[in-house]
Amino acid sequence: MNKLQKPIFEKSRKGKIGYSFSPTEFSDDLITIDKKKLREDIKDFPQLSEVEVVRHYTNLAQLNHSVDSGFYPLGSCTMKYNPKINEKIANFEEFSTHPYSPHKFVEGNLEIITTFEEWLKKITAMAAFTLTPSAGAHGEITGMMIIKKYLSSKGDPRKTILIPDSAHGTNPSSAHFAGYEIIEIPSNKDGIIDVETLKEYLNEDVAALMMTNPNTLGIFEKNICKISEILHKNGSLLYMDGANMNAFMGIARPGDLGVDVLHLNLHKTFSTPHGGGGPGSGPVGVASYLIKYLPTPIVYKKDNNYFVKYHEEKSIGRVKNFYGNFLVIVKALTYLMSIGKEYIRKVAEDAVLNANYIRKSLEPFLELPYKSKTLHEVVFSDNNLNVTTLDIAKSLLDYGIHPFTIYFPLIVHGAMMIEPTETESKETIDEFIDVMKKILEKAKNDPEYIKGAPYTTPVSRLDEVLAARKHILKWENLGE
Amino acid sequence: MRYFPLTDSEREEIKNFLGIKDTKELFSDIPKDKSYFSMNDIPSALTEDQLLIKFRELAKKNKYSNYLSFLGAGSYNHFIPEVVNYLISKGELSTPYTPYQAEVSQGSLQGMFEYQTMITMLTGMDVSNSSLYDGGTAAAEGVLLALRKSKKNRILIASNLHPEYIEIIHTYIQNLNFEAKFIEFDKETGKIDLNQLKEKTYENCGGFIFQSPNFLGVIEETKTISDITHSKEIFSIQVTAEAMSLAFLTPAAENGVDIIVGEAQSFGIPIGFGGPYLGFIGAKKEFLRQMPGRIVGQTVDTKGRKGYVLTLSTREQHIKREKATSNICSNQALCALRAAIYLSTMGQKGLKEISKTNHLNTAYFVKEASKLSNINIKYKKDFYNEVVLEIKNNKVEDFIAKLEEKNIIAGVPLKYFYSDFENSILINFTEIHKKKDIDKLINAIGETE
Ligand SMILES: Cc1ncc(COP(=O)(O)O)c(C=O)c1O
Repeated sequence: MNKLQKPIFEKSRKGKIGYSFSPTEFSDDLITIDKKKLREDIKDFPQLSEVEVVRHYTNLAQLNHSVDSGFYPLGSCTMKYNPKINEKIANFEEFSTHPYSPHKFVEGNLEIITTFEEWLKKITAMAAFTLTPSAGAHGEITGMMIIKKYLSSKGDPRKTILIPDSAHGTNPSSAHFAGYEIIEIPSNKDGIIDVETLKEYLNEDVAALMMTNPNTLGIFEKNICKISEILHKNGSLLYMDGANMNAFMGIARPGDLGVDVLHLNLHKTFSTPHGGGGPGSGPVGVASYLIKYLPTPIVYKKDNNYFVKYHEEKSIGRVKNFYGNFLVIVKALTYLMSIGKEYIRKVAEDAVLNANYIRKSLEPFLELPYKSKTLHEVVFSDNNLNVTTLDIAKSLLDYGIHPFTIYFPLIVHGAMMIEPTETESKETIDEFIDVMKKILEKAKNDPEYIKGAPYTTPVSRLDEVLAARKHILKWENLGE
Repeated sequence: MRYFPLTDSEREEIKNFLGIKDTKELFSDIPKDKSYFSMNDIPSALTEDQLLIKFRELAKKNKYSNYLSFLGAGSYNHFIPEVVNYLISKGELSTPYTPYQAEVSQGSLQGMFEYQTMITMLTGMDVSNSSLYDGGTAAAEGVLLALRKSKKNRILIASNLHPEYIEIIHTYIQNLNFEAKFIEFDKETGKIDLNQLKEKTYENCGGFIFQSPNFLGVIEETKTISDITHSKEIFSIQVTAEAMSLAFLTPAAENGVDIIVGEAQSFGIPIGFGGPYLGFIGAKKEFLRQMPGRIVGQTVDTKGRKGYVLTLSTREQHIKREKATSNICSNQALCALRAAIYLSTMGQKGLKEISKTNHLNTAYFVKEASKLSNINIKYKKDFYNEVVLEIKNNKVEDFIAKLEEKNIIAGVPLKYFYSDFENSILINFTEIHKKKDIDKLINAIGETE
């Protein structure tokens, strides 16, 4: 049906009730607070019956494209299938305990935390993890703070973080909010960090290099071991943004490659749903010499008992309430246990096979600015086309396919960043390739048609300039 | 394996197409001596039925749900109508990404727009955003927002702000060369020492951050606080860790607050051992361009139909990079949608009723427990749904143990957080507690003699 919905506030009618709960057993006489401190009605707040609430959100849901409804090759986002058993298990009522419960009543939860950490250590060869950060960017800032604390404890505080020009926007932003200055280093013609160039940028101010691996072009930073070595010689650290870990999970381990600090996105590689933008979870792993700087609280197991350390002298402190996004961790652990040693490697293998299949199939039709080998994703450019990346993206919508990531990384003109993941069938990918060819063919003959896309979505192209100018950021009652 | 749709013959087909014999060739950029590590110590895959058995065993190790719990302190156990759980589990809502392609994301976008609206209605503030990670990081973002806007580098913090929130603020500001000083609270009333706030001078300070109801459960003199901060030309930043109170107490905007931040877990989000939760923010219009996080705005499509998009993105990391107003990318979108569904379901009447019930249950406890001689309720005036209980004849550990024997988890010991609350616990009542539960608690306390 895909019908646009009136704002819920306009569906509201005075006196409608959508809930059922036993009335209070006490009289208002018990209230001793000064009336001035109590509020009046919540002006214009919704009043609907239960069925109207259900219909509103059911109809809204139908306006969305989602992984459950179709192909979603959004690059850098790893839009893999989100297993349903993960949801069921995370919804077990026994897991939903209070975070300040005495530990002896939540040993199952503490075991989940330590077990998940063990899994991550095995997969990454990092010495320890914190599971508290809420998302990738939160992991990044946590990692940057760890580096800062370590270096200043050594009496060698440094000012700058090197970040390649292909990096995700959160990298410079996270480093900035950890108090660092950012120096951007150019990628070389192969799309990777050049060892000689890096050397030119190294000096005693450099705290760390923040490397995404494979980088946002989908290319593995093949000099990573050498890079780690020269960084360490310079007294600097290697931070790895592991948002793209899906490309080599089970194939190699960042810890073995010389990485000092790593963050992972459980809402990417580890199959937890993106939720329309969250909640995620961004665990941070560190090499052994950095363990004491990890944020609190620290959950650990000793002689089959579980303990929580709330204070640790060298720790950067707390970055998040309680234990992090615990129920997301439950889902990620379910996922790891369901793929196990038999299939962990298959994740990367199939993801990379699918991505390379797309690359080779579309290479005759689109400019591929970097010819290096690519892993889990491929980035094309709209150079030499008579329509833009945006036009192609919008045309895909008419075929029920979610577009790839567009205009990122910034170093590719009109970037189309395509990441199929391992959970797509060959039929789906063949269909995508066919659709892309059709769109590119149509663009040659009738570019105006492509520029007008989409035609079949609930709304057509939306005026973002108007939105940014007018600032209508909430519904307002304009009267009957 | 069920999550891998490729068949072996399709894998072969793709390999042939790519001109490779072995998938390993695709990974040849990875240093050889570092790849294909041994998987021997990684456990074997479990089938779906085995997973259920495994996790049911883990679930059984949690004894928490056998107890009648009165724990609060930033995580509140409220009733969640079944429609909320039902609707939020729809894959069309839970499995999209951040709505970058607005034409096929109107569901998420409208949901977020309505959530933003509800937060502004509850707080009275001009603008909100589509979520922050949680209450503690929201408090940190509130501080950073005030300092960005004021171009100052110091902040005053109420010492009865949630201790975890203080820690998080500290973690965030220590790297930015921002400094903080504390305003103490009055040990008699549990409220901020207004004289100290009035008299303390702190050069280059951008704001005062305080919690109401505060960590000790006491509703602050918010209006007076804002008046004082404004007379000192610093921003007033309110934290609310128990969003349920928003439906009972005067909205922040009416009290002159400039920024309100906090935790909205109470709106339909399970306690979940502490996460995922929902950080919220509301601010006066003048802060709009400095706001952190995603914001949804209304616009029109090429045919003039109303629609929604992510907007004001020139504040954000993907455009501004190191000059962005915050590094946040993924937020807590689905939790915000959960809150919106919860608030729509409860509606005007339900939310106000439930919020009042929280207070009445607490008030009943305060009235009845005041008759007991072995405890003392510290702040009997201006509580919302939490109070501090001072234990007179027992050590706090013994008191807690005695109640545990009666299957009650009484409250959070305050000595974890404050050195001078050796023998006190913080105790919370919500609508899920019935009179008989509260009576059971009172009787059990009476018997701890
Ligand atoms: C390479 C890279 N780094 C970091 C991030 C940030 O992750 P999050 O959105 O979880 O904060 C992303 C997500 O888009 C990413 O693709």
